[in-house]
Amino acid sequence: MIATSSSAHTVSPEPGSGPVAPPADIDASCRVPVMVLLACAAVWLVVASVFGLIASLKFHAPNLLADCPWLTYGRVQPAQMNALIYGFAAQAALGIALWMIARLGRTLLVQPGYIVVGALLWNVGVKLGVFGILIGDTTGYEWLEMPGYASPILFAAYAIIGIPALLTFHHRREPMLYVSQWFLLAALFWFPWIYSTANLLLIFFPVRGVLQAVVDWWYVNNLSQIWLGFIGLAAIFYFLPKLTARPLYSNYLAILAFWALALSGGWGGIHSGAPVPAWMPSLSTVFTVLTAIPLIAITINLNRTFTGAMAKLKKSLPLKFVVFGAVAYLLAGALAIVSAFPQFSQITHFTLFTPARTQLFLYGFFATTMFGAIYHVVPLLIQNEWPSARLARAHFALATLGLVFYVGSLSVGGILQGLALNDPEVPFAGALNRALVCFRVGTLGDLLMAAGNVCLASNLGWLLVRCCRACCVPAIMAAVKPQMAEAAR
Amino acid sequence: MNHGPLIFLGVFFALTLSWFGLVFEPQLQLGNAQPTTNLVNAAQLYPQMRPGQARQGLDVYRSLGCAACHSQQIGQTGRTYDVTLTDPGTNRAEVIAALLKVRPRATATEAEKLVAGPMPQAILKDVAHVAATNAMAKLEPTGAKAEVKIIPTGPDIARGWGKRRSVAEDFLFDQPVMLGSQRIGPDLADVGSRLPVANWHLLHLYNPQIVVSKSVMPPYRFLFEKRKIGREPSPDALKLAGNFATEPGCEIVPTDEARQLVAYLLSLRADTVIFETPMTVATANVSTNTPAATNAPAAQTTNSVVK
Repeated sequence: MIATSSSAHTVSPEPGSGPVAPPADIDASCRVPVMVLLACAAVWLVVASVFGLIASLKFHAPNLLADCPWLTYGRVQPAQMNALIYGFAAQAALGIALWMIARLGRTLLVQPGYIVVGALLWNVGVKLGVFGILIGDTTGYEWLEMPGYASPILFAAYAIIGIPALLTFHHRREPMLYVSQWFLLAALFWFPWIYSTANLLLIFFPVRGVLQAVVDWWYVNNLSQIWLGFIGLAAIFYFLPKLTARPLYSNYLAILAFWALALSGGWGGIHSGAPVPAWMPSLSTVFTVLTAIPLIAITINLNRTFTGAMAKLKKSLPLKFVVFGAVAYLLAGALAIVSAFPQFSQITHFTLFTPARTQLFLYGFFATTMFGAIYHVVPLLIQNEWPSARLARAHFALATLGLVFYVGSLSVGGILQGLALNDPEVPFAGALNRALVCFRVGTLGDLLMAAGNVCLASNLGWLLVRCCRACCVPAIMAAVKPQMAEAAR
Repeated sequence: MNHGPLIFLGVFFALTLSWFGLVFEPQLQLGNAQPTTNLVNAAQLYPQMRPGQARQGLDVYRSLGCAACHSQQIGQTGRTYDVTLTDPGTNRAEVIAALLKVRPRATATEAEKLVAGPMPQAILKDVAHVAATNAMAKLEPTGAKAEVKIIPTGPDIARGWGKRRSVAEDFLFDQPVMLGSQRIGPDLADVGSRLPVANWHLLHLYNPQIVVSKSVMPPYRFLFEKRKIGREPSPDALKLAGNFATEPGCEIVPTDEARQLVAYLLSLRADTVIFETPMTVATANVSTNTPAATNAPAAQTTNSVVK
């Protein structure tokens, strides 16, 4: 690791100068840090699925595990979200982002050793945070439930990973910037700002009253729409042209989408009717509606890029994931705009429609896009094919089918629930029961997605074990054999 | 093309903009909010700090993640107004003439009956603000006395979850504020005045199905202690009967956490009339035994802003 870091120092600091690094060397420099991030992400994905299944099953049998305070619904549900966001999504995002920054800059990854340390520290933070939620130390703020003793660790770990990422960007040899790099650079800056703001204003120096809720909504919206959204879009804009071997339809349209989204995407999330001064939800609604502009620009751009590449879709599994992710992004964006209107949110807010929308964005768009990237990147990094193509195909089928089941049933259930909640003639239990029927179908979706996640994790685990055996066993044998021979002598 | 610094500046600008809009500006507006005057009982400020046990209960509520299923924000879609005649005064003929203008469809005999009948008499029900103000403008010069009653409306209020919408003031002293985003369980913003009996809450926490037969809320048995009955049964032991009874010789006693949580739930009230949420409170709100007896109004009062 130290050897690679010292080689980075020899790079001239001026971007766009110096010799271009060959792809194989770039992949080699990314191998250890990116694989650590992706492997940990896969483990957290399975952990999140287990928590999610427990939470989901509690709707069917409220008595299930009821005597264990650690696993009460109010703790398992945030534990699942935090494991999914900080355990899986953040690590997959960072891993894929690092690789894309290095590849697009045609330069070696800077300081891979530090990144590995950062990744391990990040995992310590997430473990501590999820543990804190389970023992009841949750902060009570959505998506920021991790207690105050875990979040500084995450922040430090992010800095350790983020600085080499920026340095890699700075040392790029390719003078032309591709739009994915714009998205990645913005995302890299965005996270520390919003995470530190939210932590300082909510946990360490808490603001008063409903301001806490406003700051939390701002954070949640920025984390999902901008941070995860930008890294996911960067991956889509990178992999869609690459896997279809077609150029991006319009660079200008992509840049328009970038600026429009950066300006309008960070304002959403405050629903009308919230107990805050009325200008806040109004502002939020206006900006959420404005995200229609980047959404339309992205739709046109991706659609024109993809048209005519249908035949490639059948052959390439990563492409299938990425296309599915892009469709889910557009759908989730459209639903977000519709939900911003007070007339619609009056019905759907507080119902299962909200988790359906979150799942469509987090799993349908972000996770699925990352899966596509993982299926493409990992063989390049490890110089080895996936051990089981069947498992990978099963993952795609299970993930997409599960997501459709989950999002479909929960949105229908949520709308039914919302209509009933808005009709005072329907008793509360009746309103919930309508939703619960649909929710039970949703559990089936949860189960399918969990099975898909296990497919990915086991495939990746299998690959790593096989690789370890292929490189480590001869090395150990080589080290041990002379000694054995000596001992025999 | 090297846009690195340009992208950075642009992104910095975009993020700063949303930070100013949704973090800094709200802080300027609400960050130094102080308790406001309670319009019913002008001597008392609203909100009051929650009492100690309820404050501890907030931590139990946070720790158990109750907000994953329960919201604490009552929505309100609008207001309607009732106009009531309280004293017809002496100039009956003019009052009747005014009444006929206010209610063009009413006949003269109906109006006479209204004026002659026992006071108060409802003149208009469920009307808009303009209609109520017009009626008052026509009735008052006649020497009659009338009152406008303001009634918040909306599905949450019709459901009985609260009397008015939740506003920023209601949460001033809470840390953390848990507004919740789901209604898998009912809204709890006003649960202290809706369900004011501590014992109900204890039974509900121990096993929700004792009091709500089809509840999907999980039981929180770990907030209770099951112990052998000593010389005398504990006065705090839950009174369980039938299927829910525990084995003979044992009793179920709430732990401190259960008591704190219940104290918190009982302290959740959003029924105070303040400037932001004008409404008329009909009668005295009797709930004196709750730990956080907030600003229960004593008599019919109307917020002055409407007139």
